[in-house]
Amino acid sequence: MTGAQLAPRLSLTDLRGSPGRRRRETLIRSLFLAAAAVSLLISALIVLTLVGRALDFVSRVDLADLLSVGWLPRRGYFDIATIVAGTLVITAIGMVIATPLGLGAAIYLSEYASPRRRRALKPIIELLAGIPSVVLGFYAIAVLAPAIVQPLCGSNSIFSMGAAGIGVGILITPLIASVAEDAMHAVPMSLREASYGLGARKRSTSLRVVLPAAVSGVVAALILGVSRGIGETMVVSIAAGAVGGSVFTVNPCLPGQTMTAAMTALATGSDQAQIGAELAVPSLFFVGLLLFLMTLALNLVSERFVRRVRRGY
Amino acid sequence: MTGRTAALRESPAQDAVRRALAGNRMQLGQIWFQALLMAALLVALGVLVSLLIDVFERGGQMLAQRGVDFLTASTSSNPTIAGVGQGIFGSLLIVLFVLLFAFPVGIGAAIYIEEYARDTILTRVLNTAVRNLAGVPAIVYGLLGLAVFVIIAASFTGGRSVIAGGLTMAALVMPIVVITTAESLRAVPRSIREAGFGVGATKWQVIRHHVLPYAAPGIFTGSILTISRAFGETAPLVLAGGVLGGFATRPGLGVVETLQGPYTALPLIVFNWARQPSEEFRQLSAAAIIVLLAIILLLNGAAILLRNRFEKRW
Amino acid sequence: MTIQAPEIAPSDARPGPDVQREVRIDIRPMMQTKPDVQPTHAAEPAEVVFKLTYFSAWYGTFRAVKEISLDIGARRITSIIGPSGTGKSTLLRAFNRMNDLIEGARVSGTVTYHGVDLYAPEVDPVEVRRRIGMVFQKPNPFPKTIYENVAFGPRVAGVRGKKNLDEIVESSLRRAAIWDEVKDKLDGLGTALSGGQQQRLCIARAIAVSPDVILMDEPCSALDPIATLRIEELMWELKQNYTIIIVTHNMQQAARASDETVFLTMGDDRAGYLVEQGPTAQVFTNPQNRLTEDYVSGRFG
Repeated sequence: MTGAQLAPRLSLTDLRGSPGRRRRETLIRSLFLAAAAVSLLISALIVLTLVGRALDFVSRVDLADLLSVGWLPRRGYFDIATIVAGTLVITAIGMVIATPLGLGAAIYLSEYASPRRRRALKPIIELLAGIPSVVLGFYAIAVLAPAIVQPLCGSNSIFSMGAAGIGVGILITPLIASVAEDAMHAVPMSLREASYGLGARKRSTSLRVVLPAAVSGVVAALILGVSRGIGETMVVSIAAGAVGGSVFTVNPCLPGQTMTAAMTALATGSDQAQIGAELAVPSLFFVGLLLFLMTLALNLVSERFVRRVRRGY
Repeated sequence: MTGRTAALRESPAQDAVRRALAGNRMQLGQIWFQALLMAALLVALGVLVSLLIDVFERGGQMLAQRGVDFLTASTSSNPTIAGVGQGIFGSLLIVLFVLLFAFPVGIGAAIYIEEYARDTILTRVLNTAVRNLAGVPAIVYGLLGLAVFVIIAASFTGGRSVIAGGLTMAALVMPIVVITTAESLRAVPRSIREAGFGVGATKWQVIRHHVLPYAAPGIFTGSILTISRAFGETAPLVLAGGVLGGFATRPGLGVVETLQGPYTALPLIVFNWARQPSEEFRQLSAAAIIVLLAIILLLNGAAILLRNRFEKRW
Repeated sequence: MTIQAPEIAPSDARPGPDVQREVRIDIRPMMQTKPDVQPTHAAEPAEVVFKLTYFSAWYGTFRAVKEISLDIGARRITSIIGPSGTGKSTLLRAFNRMNDLIEGARVSGTVTYHGVDLYAPEVDPVEVRRRIGMVFQKPNPFPKTIYENVAFGPRVAGVRGKKNLDEIVESSLRRAAIWDEVKDKLDGLGTALSGGQQQRLCIARAIAVSPDVILMDEPCSALDPIATLRIEELMWELKQNYTIIIVTHNMQQAARASDETVFLTMGDDRAGYLVEQGPTAQVFTNPQNRLTEDYVSGRFG
């Protein structure tokens, strides 16, 4: 029973362990490695699919059609500038809405709210984050368009890039709020104490000490917001209109086409079999590749900022 | 005690100091600023409230009148008989795929990354891949599903089918599962692992008996949120085979035929009806949104409750 | 320590010739003072359990301990003392290969355990840890029942059957002097016990796999004086059957509760090295090295 009996005389074989046990451990480890490798596989498939089929599109399309009057795939016009401009307009409107809302909520929750109030108010942000984007798309045409956009623009149509942009703004507000709040939360208490020690008030402490100290994280939050806005699909597909295609426009009062909405429009078109003919489906992948590269670049930049926060403290 | 007696005999100088220290705490700018910050949260709250009011105004009455019939009826071009039955069924099937594929693979990958992987190039590539996958727009997963599951693997999936949609959704949420699981695993104190190794347990024994049970509440909470996400996600299904019009996920079909057959999902129905110009369909859409939000809020609420309960436990 | 006295211990009724009877050369390069007045263990010679030769441990490029050579005798309490950051815990964790779990950790030199190279490629660390148990600085019971805490080790070692496990749980808890306090609440959470009880539960957990050696990493640093005293008493009882190595910050504890003392300090390269090893009484009352003297008299550290 006691260890004393096994003490004398020990050989290497005693410490070798059971080979069965070691085999089992190796097998289990390989299973987990295989699971992890699936994410590599998915990444590779995404890149290969997008690149392969986008190249296929580029090789078949008349390059002049990539720069024409508008994005009208059924007529064979694939003006990339139109859908990129639409995407940027809607994302910009979204950011104008989401930046003050998201940062305001983050500063309030991180700097002003007592722990109790924080617990009571944070679920608002979490609930908003849980609303599916298709529902916010409905909200954009059912509430935002008649209540805000139509009176401002004096237009009759409920479809507009403005309504879609505000919807996208609501969608990315919780994302900005939570990432920025995390960044501000990570600012050490000692920095705030130093500021108060110098007689600063809460507002100056929040705006001149905490916010600059958390600036990397806040920038990361905003970049993530842009990336999310660019990739957002359902709000735009429902609220921006221009299902069949659009000529170039940057007027938020008008319907417009974004990269994402162009994709759903092509995929849901009932007549997709005969569209612009067989170029329609390959064009999906070309737009998809463009979207993928834009969001990837933004995400990589934002990750760099986030890492800077971590290194800072 | 002494403070009170001192206060009784207060000199003019003390009084001045006290007044200076009181400052102008109620400065207007301070109040404005705080009110502005509060307003941000109030706008968010206002959106939630006006959204709920609108969908209930439009769809509540209809939902109350038709009741179960709306929940079980098939989609139809006739708004008086259209329902979300096929959508609920389709969404459940998609979630089933998420449970069967995304969870085991995602949790396994997280265990590898957190418990096994040493700091090698492969590990760094893995981490980068997972983080970037989580940031890929949902619709790009739709393209993946369209190209791989609908077109290339058509003979196995049946083309625009439940299998294609389910696998697409599984691929979409897998990185989220990896990230939330890895977070829960990271929260397990090192001392627990050391205690396990200290009595001669193998890595897998430590993981199975100590790390996973400890991390389970967190993994479980993350899983519920992921399921809720899978219920609401629409864009990838639009590309990867979800059908918008009338179609067939009829009960009574064999398992294989069902899985290889066309499908719709609850959020797809919302999308389709919302785009119709007529007010009747907008009301239907609102009613479908009530059903969708009920499911999602139920799931999210459960997750938040679970999280609060288990936070207290350790 | 230069020359091991021949085995004459009548108390150690071990069969067979002692393989460890050999001439050893002192290779403590840092020893400047009185190198020839080495403590011999003639009074109570012990079988050598661990033998370190030029042992160094690195974390990445940082060398935590440097070229340590020493012997650890069986069934006695050896304490490792020294200022913070001198690699005491690193050294302790080298004995049961716990350092393997740390990313980038590696060792050089040799560590033998009953003559077997612990770091030989064939050696399975899991097997090593079943023979060399460990008690940690902060009590770390599993967040499970008291019974499960103790039964886990035997179970993963292959002990089956409720009766066998019950027996091991009871005897381990008895040896760890905690049975009377917990026998009525074996189904209660181990984490609900007091700090001192938790640490004795952790000792019971370590004993349950019938180890040969128990390593203790500052086991009392998180405990109050009364709980500390109980653990020290327990150590005296346990040394009848186990070899105990304890890292401690507390010099009084080392003086009170150990037979042998190892003193480490930090060199200019921030690596810990061995200054002196000897019977505890000698290290504390008649240290051979100035650094030791300064440390045990409280002049630095």
